[in-house]
Amino acid sequence: MKYEAVIGLEVHAQLLTGSKLFCGCSTKFGSEPNTQVCPVCLGMPGVLPVLNRKAVEFAVKMALAVGCRINPRSVFARKNYFYPDLPKGYQISQYSEPLAEHGHLDIDVDNTTKKIGITRVHMEEDAGKLLHGEGPEDANYSFVDLNRTGVPLIEIVSEPDMRTSDEAQAYLKALRDILVYLEICSGNMEEGSFRCDANVSIRPIGAEKLGTKAELKNMNSFKFVKEAIDYEIQRQIDVVDGGGKVVQETRLFDSARGVTASMRSKEEAHDYRYFPEPDLLPLIVEDRLVDKLRNEMPELPRAKRERFAGEYGIPEYDAGVLTASRALADYYEATVKATGEPKVSSNWVMGEVLRLLKEGSGDVKDCPVSPQSLAGLIKAVKDGVVSGKTAKEVFEEMYRTSQPAEEIIKAKGLVQISNEDELARIIDDIIKANPDNLERYRAGKTQLLGFFVGEAMKATKGKANPQVINKLLKEKLG
Amino acid sequence: MPITKKDVLHVADLARLALTDTEIDLYTGQLQRILSYVEKLSELDTKGIEPTTYTVPLMTVFREDETRPSLPREEALGNAPEEEKGCFKVPKIIE
Repeated sequence: MKYEAVIGLEVHAQLLTGSKLFCGCSTKFGSEPNTQVCPVCLGMPGVLPVLNRKAVEFAVKMALAVGCRINPRSVFARKNYFYPDLPKGYQISQYSEPLAEHGHLDIDVDNTTKKIGITRVHMEEDAGKLLHGEGPEDANYSFVDLNRTGVPLIEIVSEPDMRTSDEAQAYLKALRDILVYLEICSGNMEEGSFRCDANVSIRPIGAEKLGTKAELKNMNSFKFVKEAIDYEIQRQIDVVDGGGKVVQETRLFDSARGVTASMRSKEEAHDYRYFPEPDLLPLIVEDRLVDKLRNEMPELPRAKRERFAGEYGIPEYDAGVLTASRALADYYEATVKATGEPKVSSNWVMGEVLRLLKEGSGDVKDCPVSPQSLAGLIKAVKDGVVSGKTAKEVFEEMYRTSQPAEEIIKAKGLVQISNEDELARIIDDIIKANPDNLERYRAGKTQLLGFFVGEAMKATKGKANPQVINKLLKEKLG
Repeated sequence: MPITKKDVLHVADLARLALTDTEIDLYTGQLQRILSYVEKLSELDTKGIEPTTYTVPLMTVFREDETRPSLPREEALGNAPEEEKGCFKVPKIIE
């Protein structure tokens, strides 16, 4: 039988606030264990949570970016379960009345656009981190670090609208790009700032009814998400084809072995007994705030990509690369503004700029060459001051020293020789020195043009203007 | 809705409580009596009335996103039965 997979994703994104969701502890990553905790996030008796305004604004921004309807009134709820990463014995989340609902996200896979429904965006607090003992002495223990407890999260739940791991990956990437563009989440999967759980089931093609799903966890890169989903789809097909039944369970992805395995946890009772959080008042998001945030919304990745392709007439591939981050897109646009040359600027930014950046942090914010400087170099090439090849050397020097192109070109004597009289003299010398080759050229071996060009370049240390050289050689050899 | 022994065992399990047989009987009876008492509310006709989750006429209270000093670690770990490596030490979670 032929099957199709049905995939829905739950994404948790850590919001880039300075303090936690309900208390003033810092959210800094990588600090010493249990140094960013206080009575509120430790769940001491008698404390009260107070909601972080910025976290709400960030959550509303994301909800708007994925076309959700913002509920004017939402309610925090307690999700009760016992686990050592949760000192209060419950997680403050949202349940029956979430912040926002009914959104969607367009993704592009295989040159087609597909709309993925977004069920809801809600706010919740993160839990702590557990380190499991591995040595012989502490094999029977886990160690709890509560620094992350109470860090603001948004959970973005999709409809089960994806059918392949490629679609799931495209959806995740699109979500992450938006979060990063909005500057509300670092999007770092390795650090766990952007996490994904996948609900995967299969059904015979054409069937309406959903199959039993497995929930996949522990996939901390885009690659692993794809691998885990592909593995799980095949596993379920094998189970069903073998006459078995898929059981509803949580499965952990083991990236070393490339497989998913049933999670045997002591926490198995999924009976969360949600109820409204009595310590927090309902969250009212006024239209005024929504309008304000809507107005502050930056241009989002997809819109920017489409505008770049349209407005600048550059290939879609270029537009995709150049809009990978807001900073890079801004860099490119500033370069175009200064040069008036969209395609040439695109080649420079995608080529030399990104190449050198990748040797360092990869962040265009660290680029020692400003768009205006780069424009100066592009203009020098256009005006014939330096050749395209020399320009690359000049750029490396600019990158290293932060000096403007003109100064480097002057100081290193790299100015291109375009003077016809000067080049004609050089060519005459070369022709005189190579009578054999001249004869063979005239006898029809026109490939020898390359030889003469090479000699001219050698004689000028690469500074001769190739167009002028070509023109002169054709005249004189012909 | 009558409370059964099974309900009590389920709730005890969720709360990580180990109950003796005597306690199970005791709590089954007590919980039953509490619920029957509250059940009285069902006599009221609440058709068309919004559920009252909050009784105070207040809405959203925010704090600004400002950090404040956290507890010194010794204090944070002060009540922990066991600690090691600056962490709370607990019985192993994953089997």
